[in-house]
Amino acid sequence: MAEKVLMKGNEAIAEAAIRAGCRHYFGYPITPQTEVAAYMAKRMPKIGGTFLQAESEISAINMVYGVAGTGKRVMTSSSSPGISLKQEGISYIAGADLPALIVNVQRGGPGLGGIQPSQSDYFQSTKGGGHGDYRMIVLTPESVQEMADMTALAFELAEKYRMPAMLLADGTMGQMMEPVELPEESNDTVEKPWAVTGTEGKREHNIINSLYLKPEELEQKNIERYERYKLIEETEARYESFMMDDAEYCVVAFGIAARVAKNAVVAARKEGVKVGMIRPITVWPFPKAPIAEAADKVRAFISVELSMGQMIEDIRLASECKKPVYLCNRVGGMIPSPEEVYAKIMEVKGGSK
Amino acid sequence: MTTQILLAGFGGQGILFAGKFLAYKGLLEGRQLSWLPSYGPEMRGGTANCSVILSDDPVGSPIVSSPDILVAMNLPSLDKYEDAVVPGGMIIVDSTLIERKVKRDDVKVFYIPATQMAQDMDAPTLANMIITGKLMKESGMRTDNIEDSLKKVVSAKRANLLEVNLKAINNGIEYKD
Repeated sequence: MAEKVLMKGNEAIAEAAIRAGCRHYFGYPITPQTEVAAYMAKRMPKIGGTFLQAESEISAINMVYGVAGTGKRVMTSSSSPGISLKQEGISYIAGADLPALIVNVQRGGPGLGGIQPSQSDYFQSTKGGGHGDYRMIVLTPESVQEMADMTALAFELAEKYRMPAMLLADGTMGQMMEPVELPEESNDTVEKPWAVTGTEGKREHNIINSLYLKPEELEQKNIERYERYKLIEETEARYESFMMDDAEYCVVAFGIAARVAKNAVVAARKEGVKVGMIRPITVWPFPKAPIAEAADKVRAFISVELSMGQMIEDIRLASECKKPVYLCNRVGGMIPSPEEVYAKIMEVKGGSK
Repeated sequence: MTTQILLAGFGGQGILFAGKFLAYKGLLEGRQLSWLPSYGPEMRGGTANCSVILSDDPVGSPIVSSPDILVAMNLPSLDKYEDAVVPGGMIIVDSTLIERKVKRDDVKVFYIPATQMAQDMDAPTLANMIITGKLMKESGMRTDNIEDSLKKVVSAKRANLLEVNLKAINNGIEYKD
């Protein structure tokens, strides 16, 4: 087992990406993710990689699009306002069926918002922030260890399904240090016959494109893509179930909110309240099955989010509104305390029959 | 056992560095831990704080809102966090920079003129490590791995600073009212 080191979440992403064979990083600085770019700037030149600070986020994502077309592992990272700027490029990458990693270390919004942690880009990440019918695989780490592990996983999934993948973190995850066991060196294992790598006169050239002027053809492309999405929804939804066996109340939370909520669940259990937690690890695909299963057992759900209530909609859909879903939230860079979540659990318990 | 520590003071006092030292110390002891800085638009002279959690169990929320131990290195920090300390907890005050006394009577309080002591040892930037030494002593932390922990946070390029940091911590440990 490798030795554990202390690292910030942002640095762990960068190091894990390098270990996963990523040699191309394009970005633009923005708090609270700048350490990703800083780490890449320091390391990439030493290992024959490319670090490029583009003139804007739009530029950076289009550079990512370009490298993705060659089949090389490539990534960009930013925080909320910067991710908004990247949406056009993400849509193109999805439309051209290319793998790429986009990291969003979220901060409060809308607009320039603030620089403190937030989860209010949930809709943008899971419902298509750019135009057109498309999806991204969205992973939500809750620790520095997961920041590292999910970076490698995101590359793998993106390549397996030829689509963009996002690591959806927040300012806390990016800035905190925890012991982390860095992943082993790895690299892509998927054949990429579609990649633009030079034909050497031996084959037909590949075309990377998202333009289909014949509507029949574009329709077919969309339908094929959604068949792939369906398979992903069936096989790649990830979650952690915590104290759910006999739970009468189910907290649902991801990322930093899950860390806080876990404290509250443990505290409530000590008081004899039968509460558990489902922590989505992918928010697209959303872990519908465990929520649906819980809906038949629990009395109520509590969605703990750093937004005005975005994931709560997916909980209602997955549970088919069989049970009430309550919201426990703080926004704008504020984070609910374990005590606030605990109070909400008690309030819901007191109010539900 | 879980110890939640909040270190708070001015930017430039080495609050984050002291927290990192404690975090690495925990790492060497094989403990679970988290280190979370405030990262607002802080700058030299502004406020800075740092949450460090050391635990035998996996750490839940990394945010310390009710510290077991508060280190206050300036008055705004004491004003802001004094009431948040858990009953029976501990407050360590840099008495050079904070003239008032702690109002709470349900916590253990230690006053140490860390900034003055740092000036006296001709290392004015090391009040953070002096007060950390005091924290280690009063909270009963292990002291056999101070040097190893320091080596993790003092970069190799600045190895010359190792000794003076070590001395600052020891001065904090040995300080008596």
